[in-house]
Amino acid sequence: MLYRENGQFKSTYRADQQIFPIRQDRWFILALLVAAFVLVPAWATEYWLQAILIPFLILSLAAIGLNVLVGYCGQISIGSGAFMAVGAYAAWNFGVRLDLPLLAQILLGGVFAMLAGVAFGVPSLRIRGLYLAVTTLAAQFFMDWAFLRIPYFTNYSSSGNVSVPELAFFGLPVVTPAQKYLFVLCFVVVFGLLAKNLVRGAIGRQWMAIRDMDVAAAVIGIRPVYAKLTAFAVSSFIIGVAGALWAYVHLGSWEPLAFDLNRSLQLLFIIIIGGLGSIIGSFFGAAFMVLVPVLLTNVPRVLGLSLPVDLAAHIEHMVFGFLIVFFLIAEPHGLARLWSIAKEKLRIWPFPH
Amino acid sequence: MKHALTKTTTAIVLAAAGLVGVSSTAQAAEEDFIPLLVYRTGSFAPLGIPWADGKLDYLKLVNARDGGVNGVKISYEECETAYSTDKGVECYERLKDKSGGATGFDTQSTGITFAVTDRAMVDGRSVVTVGYGLSQSADGRVFKWNFPLLGTYWTAADVMIQDIAKNLGGEDKLKGKKIALIYHDSPFGKEPIPLLEERAKANGFELQLYPVAAPGVEQKSTWLQVRKNRPDFVLLWSAGIMTPTAIREAQSVGYPRDKMYGVWWASSETDVQDLGDAAKGYHGITIQNSAEHGRVHDDVKKYVYDKGQGSDTNGKSFGSIAYTRGMMISMLQVEAIRTAQEKFGKGKHMTPEQVRWGYENLNLDEARLEQLGFAKLMRPVKTTCENHMGTDWARIIQWDGKKFKVVSDWYQSNPKYVRPLVQSLGEKYATEKKLPVRNCAAE
Repeated sequence: MLYRENGQFKSTYRADQQIFPIRQDRWFILALLVAAFVLVPAWATEYWLQAILIPFLILSLAAIGLNVLVGYCGQISIGSGAFMAVGAYAAWNFGVRLDLPLLAQILLGGVFAMLAGVAFGVPSLRIRGLYLAVTTLAAQFFMDWAFLRIPYFTNYSSSGNVSVPELAFFGLPVVTPAQKYLFVLCFVVVFGLLAKNLVRGAIGRQWMAIRDMDVAAAVIGIRPVYAKLTAFAVSSFIIGVAGALWAYVHLGSWEPLAFDLNRSLQLLFIIIIGGLGSIIGSFFGAAFMVLVPVLLTNVPRVLGLSLPVDLAAHIEHMVFGFLIVFFLIAEPHGLARLWSIAKEKLRIWPFPH
Repeated sequence: MKHALTKTTTAIVLAAAGLVGVSSTAQAAEEDFIPLLVYRTGSFAPLGIPWADGKLDYLKLVNARDGGVNGVKISYEECETAYSTDKGVECYERLKDKSGGATGFDTQSTGITFAVTDRAMVDGRSVVTVGYGLSQSADGRVFKWNFPLLGTYWTAADVMIQDIAKNLGGEDKLKGKKIALIYHDSPFGKEPIPLLEERAKANGFELQLYPVAAPGVEQKSTWLQVRKNRPDFVLLWSAGIMTPTAIREAQSVGYPRDKMYGVWWASSETDVQDLGDAAKGYHGITIQNSAEHGRVHDDVKKYVYDKGQGSDTNGKSFGSIAYTRGMMISMLQVEAIRTAQEKFGKGKHMTPEQVRWGYENLNLDEARLEQLGFAKLMRPVKTTCENHMGTDWARIIQWDGKKFKVVSDWYQSNPKYVRPLVQSLGEKYATEKKLPVRNCAAE
């Protein structure tokens, strides 16, 4: 009833090709943005901002980056944690050695992650699938090793741990949870829009063609080298920015362990659960990864049960694992697919599909 | 299927709604809150469980025996970190505002310490790292909110060198010796390196560094190098599974265990119990004297366990080294609250800022420790604005195949080596972070 595009006629190509051709979607997203920018900072508690929303946003951004590579271009990577680390450490070095402004630090972190990503993307020109996954794994181990063992990267820190000073964005402080949240949100909105438009455009189509059948794509004139390396570049850039944000805004001080293999696998699970080849899926997956454990931790307390923490932790692991399996059985294409099915159903509601 | 999905979604939404309702912090009338970050699961659980039990039991004792601190009850809540930094940060955020503000966080992890140190500076919460954390945070001028009480990793390293020198017959005998550091390749393992390098320069021994990748189950190549290079002594900076692995490897290459010294996290009964005689002669170090039994153990037994309130349900952790250390940590937190109350009003609720003052002005002398039942377990502690560590006593213990025996007298780290390092690295930290350095004389 409410959600129907009857009567919404398009008379220009532009109008027909916009991201949200349906008016209700446009309003919904606009309302969501207003809520995210205005209501959340005003209403959310510190705990929600610091422990839930900020990690959720940064992981969403990293997942968008990984989705470009894995979901849209079909190049499996289990080394995204390494590129996050490159982004974080490069940004930190620019900050501590050259004292550049914060935005420049973070973007340069992204640029260096991009260079690393392209370098490790080169093997993808010759190998595919699982073999490529193993080379990205090599990237992961190499970066872990480099940041642990090469003292230059940590500015000769005696413990190998580095930390950032108080952040300021062109004179505006980024100190309170609400400021940090807004800072991260701006990045996520800008990069989300950027990624969405890239995957809708010519370059995104090239990536998808390579993903679906690279030989056929090459036959119709798509250059695999160009397509694969741009996917690696864009993906690593976004992941690098997310890594810099994770280190700067969420952790504040970190060791290489913050970007180990577990982080890479976590990102991979996020996009698998959220939906491969979908921008909104990155958000759903990140929400699932961040929110569900927190909810599970808090459910016993809300219900007034006092479980011992170790038992609660074990139950949480089991339930979380079960939920992952359940959702993937219910919908192998991830939460994003469930979302679009729901929208389909809404369109012809109240009639059954 | 569809129904199940709807139900799950409903459940999640309901839980979320409940969460929002709960997250509003209720200001209790008269209680002080101590958050307990613990890891009872994960790979370090064998160390984490007794540690957590000790922390919890001492708080139960204070409430049961004394009715809190001057009538102010201690409230507490455990939060499971599984030694993961992300979870630790989540725990910190969840607990920091409870009951008018958490009085101090013992994070139980170097990684979590680093991550919450920054937040704690902004939020104004004390971070209490008893025997671990950032060694330079002993400098209270830079680290206003950090309290590495009773000792740091530099303490441990320095005391080990002193003990080696003593057994050789004097510090001049160290000249020309080879000492190896086999360490967990992480900030935790790297902490002692700056101090050992200073020591090596000053005493003329050769320092060999062997990093071991986490979690430390792969040490074959390391010990082959040890066999080749034949260091006279091995210092082991390990935790969890890395410790027994190292001792086994030492056995297989024929390295004498009595030439090995393990840091405090490698000197719990759980680390060597299963090895029995294979670990015979292996040295550990204890913060203060946590291998002893004090009157406080009897009190805990009487007031907590005999009433069926004990945390150690299977009788494994009570009285072990890690358990006793846990009790010490809680004791220090409670005493900080008491010290604060003496200044800001007895029997009143203390704010985190006031408790910070308490941590900074701790003064536990012999008589006070005797009252608390810790006389055998530790030496007096006194903190000041410059010195957030207090006095760092430690003792060497040795495994005889059945239990750890104290084999040395009290040692204290040598300020000649430690103090300049604390200052220079503290100042470096302050410049990197653009932090103000407090002027203690003016406060």
